[in-house]
Amino acid sequence: MSQPEGIEVEGLVRQFKDVRAVDGIDLEVAPGEIYGFLGPNGAGKSTTVLMLTTLLPPTAGRASVGGHDIVRDGAGVRRSIGAALQDVALDPLLTGREHLKLQATLQGLPRGERESRPGELLERVGLSEAADRRVGGYSGGMKRRLDLGLALVHQPRILFLDEPTTGLDIQSRTALWEEVARLAREEGMTVFLTTQYLEEADVLANRLGIIDRGKIVVEGTPAELKARVGRPTVEIIPADPDEKESLRVAMSQFGDCAVLEDTAVSVGLEHGEAQLAEVVRALDAAAIHVGTLQLHAPTLNDVFLAETGRKLEGGQVTGAAVDGAAPDGAGGRRRGRARSAR
Amino acid sequence: MGRVGVAEVGHAVPADERIHLRDQVLVLARRSTLRSLRQPGQVVFPLLFPLILLAVSASGLTAATRLPGFPTHSYLAFALAVPFLQGALFASINAGTDLAIDIESGFFNRLALTPLRAPALLAGEIGGQLLISGLGGAVYLLVGVAFGVHIAAGVLGAVVLLALAVLIGFAFASLGALIALWLGSAEAVQGFFPLLFVLVFLSSSNLPRNLISTQWFKFVATYNPVSYLIEGYRSLIISGWDGRALALAFGIAIGIAILALTGASRSLRTRLVRT
Repeated sequence: MSQPEGIEVEGLVRQFKDVRAVDGIDLEVAPGEIYGFLGPNGAGKSTTVLMLTTLLPPTAGRASVGGHDIVRDGAGVRRSIGAALQDVALDPLLTGREHLKLQATLQGLPRGERESRPGELLERVGLSEAADRRVGGYSGGMKRRLDLGLALVHQPRILFLDEPTTGLDIQSRTALWEEVARLAREEGMTVFLTTQYLEEADVLANRLGIIDRGKIVVEGTPAELKARVGRPTVEIIPADPDEKESLRVAMSQFGDCAVLEDTAVSVGLEHGEAQLAEVVRALDAAAIHVGTLQLHAPTLNDVFLAETGRKLEGGQVTGAAVDGAAPDGAGGRRRGRARSAR
Repeated sequence: MGRVGVAEVGHAVPADERIHLRDQVLVLARRSTLRSLRQPGQVVFPLLFPLILLAVSASGLTAATRLPGFPTHSYLAFALAVPFLQGALFASINAGTDLAIDIESGFFNRLALTPLRAPALLAGEIGGQLLISGLGGAVYLLVGVAFGVHIAAGVLGAVVLLALAVLIGFAFASLGALIALWLGSAEAVQGFFPLLFVLVFLSSSNLPRNLISTQWFKFVATYNPVSYLIEGYRSLIISGWDGRALALAFGIAIGIAILALTGASRSLRTRLVRT
């Protein structure tokens, strides 16, 4: 447990009264790696970040960040890390430059650097022109970029980014992705990135952990995880919602079949895309009128679906109908895979 | 290891760290001052509101000076002490509100991730309000003098008056910080303002205690520490050098500051949870 520039976590738990927000997670992040922590809202991502950044004591388990134990050497952890937390906590009355000078002083940078470093960072995050404007007038993307700059003031070796692109437009999101990728690629920075966006995890992360209800359900590189699902899926929505059950029965001959709450039926094609013609013939034979039919190459959403039985869409999960259980948040709680129709 | 910043309090601090601590206090005080100056409401109302109340009471209560035993012929001179205390109340609310907003917005977490020492956080946040208190005190004094008030304790007395204003501003700002750290909500801090304002009215702000005839009011005013703070200001304005009044005013202000800072430091340990 002492990777000098990495992160190691063993059995980390955080209990809030009756809720076990983080339920015994284990993970390792190698130095220079971008580790994506993917999961829906309320999965335990931010609680994990708060513990790893020393802002929340764990209930049980242990973790080291940059070679420092998060409980016994919190100050050592804080010296090693930069963090942009979920809430972009900026003072609307201060300018971008004033924020960076404040941060530089509080981080104990030498006097000369307190003057020079803000300028360098403002340029790096593309805020030079807005440097002397009050942050209250910044757009969401500008605030996120300043937040990233603030996390980098003291040149940390490990960076925590908690949902850094939530609420951003695609242009701002892409710009932030490029900067994060550059930090890891060119500066060898270790990045622990939480996200609810599948695309973000797919594009940025060298390795991924998918967390659901406080537990890591699967871990690996995006390619490895998608290879686990291994086959394309076809998602069909019947024109008549009442035909959902007969659709499920018709499709069950092709592979694992999940009935989603939006009346769609999703089936993995065990023999690949060549089975699509058979699917159409089966639909015809069963006299099912198709509203929508889509063929998907394996995605991280399929991985999430395969591991949790639910889909992840913009941070919200949509549940699969399993043994009559209601989806998450509607009174029912289900663990494990979607019911196989076979 | 628990609560790094707080645990460091009271330890022998190496020279480098002392410089770092000083810089932390200064940069946070600068931020607090900038915040106040950039919110006109935090500067204008503490200056204007007490002066308006002073104008109202000085014009409407002049007849009180004819009461036997009233200590001066000028009600304006008698009432001039009150704006100083009302200014301190504004300092209290402003310091508390700013701190509570930092807690609510998550800015506190940003600070907690730096090697910030807890005393620096408190001193910095409160320190910024001292400038406003000092500025307010100077304005009230100049307005009083411009309208004919003679400061009985002279120029040195005026300096002591301003020092007392800054000290009481510090004490009340500490009280605001305590409320903010305790409750963590800007609305809750502002909810305390009417309560503090009532304390000013239930004191010797409008009449000397010996001339208050209503017994319950006299009782409350006698046990209300605000009375003695006002009487400290008032002694310098209308009586000259009154050692007892000054000792009580400075002593009570220091007492409030110590109690509030102790409470605020304890609340800070809960708020600034770091492993």
